[in-house]
Amino acid sequence: MSLRIVVTVKYVPDATGDRHFADDLTVDRDDVDGLLSELDEYAVEQALQISENSDDDVEITVLTVGPEDAKDALRKALSMGADKAIHVEDDDIHGTDAIGTSLVLAKAIEKAGYDLVISGMASTDGTMGVVPALLAERLGVPQVTLLSEVSVEDGTVKGRRDGDAASESLEASLPAVVSVTDQSGEARYPSFKGIMAAKKKPVESWDLSDLDLEAEEVGLEGAYTTVDGAAERPARTAGTIVKDEGEGGKQLAEFLAGQKFI
Amino acid sequence: MAEVLVYVDHVDGAVRKPTLELLTLARRIGEPVAVALGNGAGDTAAVLAEHGAVKVLTHEAAEYADYLVVPKVDALQAAHEAVSPAAVLVPSSAEGKEIAARLALRLGSGIITDAVDLEAGDEGPVATQSVFAASFTTKSRVSKGTPVITVKPNSAAVEAAPAAGAVEALSVSFSAQATGTKVTGRTPRESTGRPELTEAAIVVSGGRGVNGAENFAIIEALADSLGAAVGASRAAVDAGWYPHTNQVGQTGKSVSPQLYIANGISGAIQHRAGMQTSKTIVAVNKDAEAPIFDLVDYGVVGDLFDVVPALTEEIKTRKG
Repeated sequence: MSLRIVVTVKYVPDATGDRHFADDLTVDRDDVDGLLSELDEYAVEQALQISENSDDDVEITVLTVGPEDAKDALRKALSMGADKAIHVEDDDIHGTDAIGTSLVLAKAIEKAGYDLVISGMASTDGTMGVVPALLAERLGVPQVTLLSEVSVEDGTVKGRRDGDAASESLEASLPAVVSVTDQSGEARYPSFKGIMAAKKKPVESWDLSDLDLEAEEVGLEGAYTTVDGAAERPARTAGTIVKDEGEGGKQLAEFLAGQKFI
Repeated sequence: MAEVLVYVDHVDGAVRKPTLELLTLARRIGEPVAVALGNGAGDTAAVLAEHGAVKVLTHEAAEYADYLVVPKVDALQAAHEAVSPAAVLVPSSAEGKEIAARLALRLGSGIITDAVDLEAGDEGPVATQSVFAASFTTKSRVSKGTPVITVKPNSAAVEAAPAAGAVEALSVSFSAQATGTKVTGRTPRESTGRPELTEAAIVVSGGRGVNGAENFAIIEALADSLGAAVGASRAAVDAGWYPHTNQVGQTGKSVSPQLYIANGISGAIQHRAGMQTSKTIVAVNKDAEAPIFDLVDYGVVGDLFDVVPALTEEIKTRKG
């Protein structure tokens, strides 16, 4: 038996940087350093753990859609221990929305071949958290999403989903799409050996024609949503700051009462 | 007037507040038609009618509880076929966003998530979103298909607006995918008696400075004095001091209450992403240089173990 896992990852602008919009109201990627979305590291980690706990032959492919620099995200995942990588890169992809991204990813996943897709719960830039569900819908396979625990055995994926009202145990047959939360288990740091090994691992580059997609199906032109405006939130006016010299609690209560919270 | 589908989030017939907020927003763009699914669906009608639902489409079936997400997508798709609405609104919970996404794909529509406001526009509903850790505000609309929009809790005030609320049974045939993911067990979350974090008008949070699970009792005491929900920063959750379900921030919940009180929280960008849209922000922190003080309306530089109990006492005294 063999198990083919595709982990979808995203190269995102560093949240601690000064993020802005470009003139076309897409994310300005030039001004801020990019990195592998932290939440996707958990997806890579779970793929590695499934592999380590499996008697089967497991192959882990990391997949990203993004500009040239997005290779950095793939390298990070490879240095953590993934086996190979696929980079979908095409100028026409610029400005693609969630629906279009799920189309490109689904085509690439089908072309790569898979038994299990693992994603992070959301990207740390858009934070929509809808791509895993969209992938399941497109691929026509079960979604087993937002898992804080995941395991795979005998062609079945099981997991725990901690929702607002209840904690649910889920089960589905492979193939399936899984997404994991930051509670699924700390992601490992790449070892020096891992970083060296990653340099020799294969990274395939695909463009839209490799996926039988047309330019107008993606990008700003193919987007199902339109951003009409983006405005920087006005800086908050400086608040009152007091030093506690024994009366801090009382002063704060006074403020809250003035604002009618008490 | 065009009809607007509103997905009803309820627990055994008890409608949750974000759905009532959606009805208010739905009335700005059309006539709300509510869709209530699963056990107790019929019991939701009265409160939905009180808040503006002209019609309540209901369907009860075991599938909604026994399988994940897809049965609800099937039902909304059926409701869409029955009504041909101008838009579909869904509360922005984790599940709500997944339901909305799959529905949008089936309808050939765009999706907007986490709207914080909604208004009618010449080319369909215009959604306001708060992005990049709430440092930017965008205006967006769906440009293809029926707009599918999820709206964050606390984005509108609940308003009563009595309407007919006529109950109609929705006819749903489940897709082949509906039974793909089995729910094999369910452990309801133990009720703390406090408001739900994302819905609460006031949130009191603790972070690294709380320094231990047992010390969260003073955060809870302050919360209870204000009738507030309790939140925690990722540092506090990762240390095991408070449950993940209470985590506020980029990887936890995003909250937008009237009042947010951050205690012993430095205010890293990841935390700010989850609370920056709060109307009034207050912080207590020993470190005068903590970035959280850049956001506050009122800040106290001091030891939370002195300030928080004193504040709680003062609130209790004032409330008598």
